Amino acid sequence: MAFSRVKRTRTGDFQVRLPDGERVLLRTLPEQLRDLLTMGDPTTDEALRRLFPAPTADDEAMNAEYERLTRGDLLEERLAALETMERTLGADRITEDELVAWLSAINDLRLVLGVRLDVTEDTTVEDYASLPDDDPTVQMYTVYSYLTFLEDQVVGALATRTA
Amino acid sequence: MSTTAPVEVERPAGDEVAEPDVPWIVIVWNDPINLMSYVVYVFEKLFGYSREKATKLMLDVHHKGKAVVSNGGREKCEFDVSRLHAHGLWATMQKDR
Repeated sequence: MAFSRVKRTRTGDFQVRLPDGERVLLRTLPEQLRDLLTMGDPTTDEALRRLFPAPTADDEAMNAEYERLTRGDLLEERLAALETMERTLGADRITEDELVAWLSAINDLRLVLGVRLDVTEDTTVEDYASLPDDDPTVQMYTVYSYLTFLEDQVVGALATRTA
Repeated sequence: MSTTAPVEVERPAGDEVAEPDVPWIVIVWNDPINLMSYVVYVFEKLFGYSREKATKLMLDVHHKGKAVVSNGGREKCEFDVSRLHAHGLWATMQKDR
């Protein structure tokens, strides 16, 4: 786990070094998020409500207008980022725009998993210690933890400037 | 900003009688999922804030539960809120009273 997964190159694009197992895992995720985005029920699904929050606490009219004006664009952006990540997951070198799309997709996936797991700022792997390894919650938390690790690497790489 | 474009000094007629442009503020709320490093990145990217300012705002969100990250007219704030939502941050807007 120690080496960096993503590094900015001299030319401004990014070198990606992902072990095969991580690429295999990542390949399974975009489709699940796409299904949620396109087929989930936004009125009842907590994770969708988290991805598309209301802009005001109590102004129903404004919330409805905002949703009408922005929902489609926000959805398109999310789907486009997913598509870019899927298309470039096998690459060893990607552009900054492509890495930004990865970041968007990874962050959305973390939000969905975090809502499903009901994580708090104090959640650690110890909270799942009493569950068997093949419990779906444990597996979900393992993916969530991995995406946390990967996202931190991506943000770190984007924060560096071209030499 | 362009230095060659003519500066618009006259407002269109009628502008003055429209309801006054009450300033709005955009608030980002703390959540247990978004990474601190990511929130700093988003503030820098969306608002052009320095690393120092973005970090201070992120820490305010983290420790105080929320922070005002931008302000302005209603349309500008709606735009800022939608960009924050696109990046997965929990943002709302309200009139600045």
